[in-house]
Amino acid sequence: MGPSHPATHGTVKMVLDLDGERVIKADVQVGYLHRGFEKECETGYYYQNIPYTDRLNYSSPMLNNVGYCLAVEKLMDLRTPPRCDFIRVIAGEISRMSDHYLCIGAMALEIAAMTPFLYVIEARELMCDLLDALCGARVTTNYIRIGGVLADLPEGFDSFATGRLDSSLRLLDDADKLLTENPVFRERLEGTGHLAPEALIAHGVTGPLLRAGGVPYDVRRVQPYLVYGELDFDVPVGERSDNYDRYLVRLEELRQSRRMIAQCFEKIPAGPVNSDDPRVRWPRKGKVFGRMEELIDQFKLVTEGGLVPPGEVYHAIEGANGELGFYLVSDGTGKPFKCRCRAPSFSNMSALEKMITGGMLADVVPTFDLINMIGGECDR
Amino acid sequence: MSAAEEQKTPAAAPPEPSALLQKVIARLGPLIMEHCSFRGDDRIHVARENILEAARVLRDSPELGFDLLLDLTCVDYFGQPDDFEHAREIWDRSHNLIRKSAEWRHRVNMPARGDDPRFAMVYHLVSTRLLHRLRVKCRVPEDDPTIASLSALWAGANWLERETFDLYGIRFNGHPDLRRIYLYDEFVGHPLRKDYAKHDEQPIQPYTGPGAQEPRRPH
Repeated sequence: MGPSHPATHGTVKMVLDLDGERVIKADVQVGYLHRGFEKECETGYYYQNIPYTDRLNYSSPMLNNVGYCLAVEKLMDLRTPPRCDFIRVIAGEISRMSDHYLCIGAMALEIAAMTPFLYVIEARELMCDLLDALCGARVTTNYIRIGGVLADLPEGFDSFATGRLDSSLRLLDDADKLLTENPVFRERLEGTGHLAPEALIAHGVTGPLLRAGGVPYDVRRVQPYLVYGELDFDVPVGERSDNYDRYLVRLEELRQSRRMIAQCFEKIPAGPVNSDDPRVRWPRKGKVFGRMEELIDQFKLVTEGGLVPPGEVYHAIEGANGELGFYLVSDGTGKPFKCRCRAPSFSNMSALEKMITGGMLADVVPTFDLINMIGGECDR
Repeated sequence: MSAAEEQKTPAAAPPEPSALLQKVIARLGPLIMEHCSFRGDDRIHVARENILEAARVLRDSPELGFDLLLDLTCVDYFGQPDDFEHAREIWDRSHNLIRKSAEWRHRVNMPARGDDPRFAMVYHLVSTRLLHRLRVKCRVPEDDPTIASLSALWAGANWLERETFDLYGIRFNGHPDLRRIYLYDEFVGHPLRKDYAKHDEQPIQPYTGPGAQEPRRPH
């Protein structure tokens, strides 16, 4: 199956040994989208690597931006203003919703449910509109900066976002009514792709897949970063660790994300969105053109990058598919010595072989889709 | 005061290990060569021969319970003295100087290369029950880049070790299926090593897929 199969989104090859329609042996081969992300990062300044992170998980690019910038800020011991943290949470949750919509929609399409796909993808379009309003791009956002964000929320963004989010959730409700209690759909999903929670943990699986197995491991809850500690949200967990629970967990996470965004709009304080730390912020243009010191400062920041103290950190955030971590090693210059991305898709894909072995060939498709393997992130 | 004089000032006494590190030290004892905390990340260093034993203890002890292997990777400290510990000491001491005058940043010289082996394996562990994190580092020499595989303890280590083998050329003893995962088998070298330049080119491989035997159409 693959690398370009009509029932799989993303390029991945699965070499399956079949006995009739039963899979007896599976070999999952990834790497078709390997672009050398880590090698590329080692040759660019810290701030130049942010656009590369967009291309890791291209269905939730904001979360990658946030994860990378938080790791660099942890290395520099830099604090961002509270308004910036709220904006990052809003942007990240919108991005997470977009990712979950895509996952549910594509899964429905590939098991031949065309109508819910159209509803859910329209909902995703609304999320893309919001990202567009934030940063002018729908997929390659490049919105989060080290020590801040590109720009403050646009005028009237909260009412615009509320309208879009509500209509997207109405579309989701429609798809929910078509799918969740549909006997054909349930028969395809219930009991398929089962893997015990112990095996999931042993494979390093995180995110909705692990929570569907009943393990309430969510980085937003267990190690709150940004302002997640102040927000009120539930971590949905499943019981049976099968495809149906994975679908339900994603469905519920969408509604929780909506709840979080609403709370953020209530609580967001006024104030600056960017840190004024001179190690990362460029001086104001008026001063750059008129004064020598600021000119030198800007020149140094651009040509040497912000200098980052030597050391190494690992910072994890909850990505759309699981724990997204960045492990940075700095040698004290403006370029990372090593920039490692702990991609959730990669570990999740390593468990696919166990999930599909022993099942039917047709069950490979929903199992693979609910893992939501994103080639850019898995193959880096 | 020059940078050389700055370097001579004695380093401050090492701080008290964190609560998690104290538990790890009590359990692992002499297996730990070195430990430190930086920005809230706890880290221990283990000798290459002991990695399997240390990993087993970390996973199975009830008060540690590191059941999830998050990440496994390698760092190539090619030509670097240590894990940038010394560089950070110098940085901390000369930080005020650098702040005052920017040209000082060029005088923060790196010390000469030490005897530490070239590669460092890095393992990130987390406990889904106790919710703490630990980084385990383990040095691997250049002339014998082998280390015990952890795929018997964590099934997820299988792919991660294949990736590390692919990109760094570390060989894992006891790995069930050590193949390249991203790159093709004919690839020469290991691209994430520091001595593999970004623009290095690879020999062109003949096409062997469907239709390879058919005559090529003229352009």
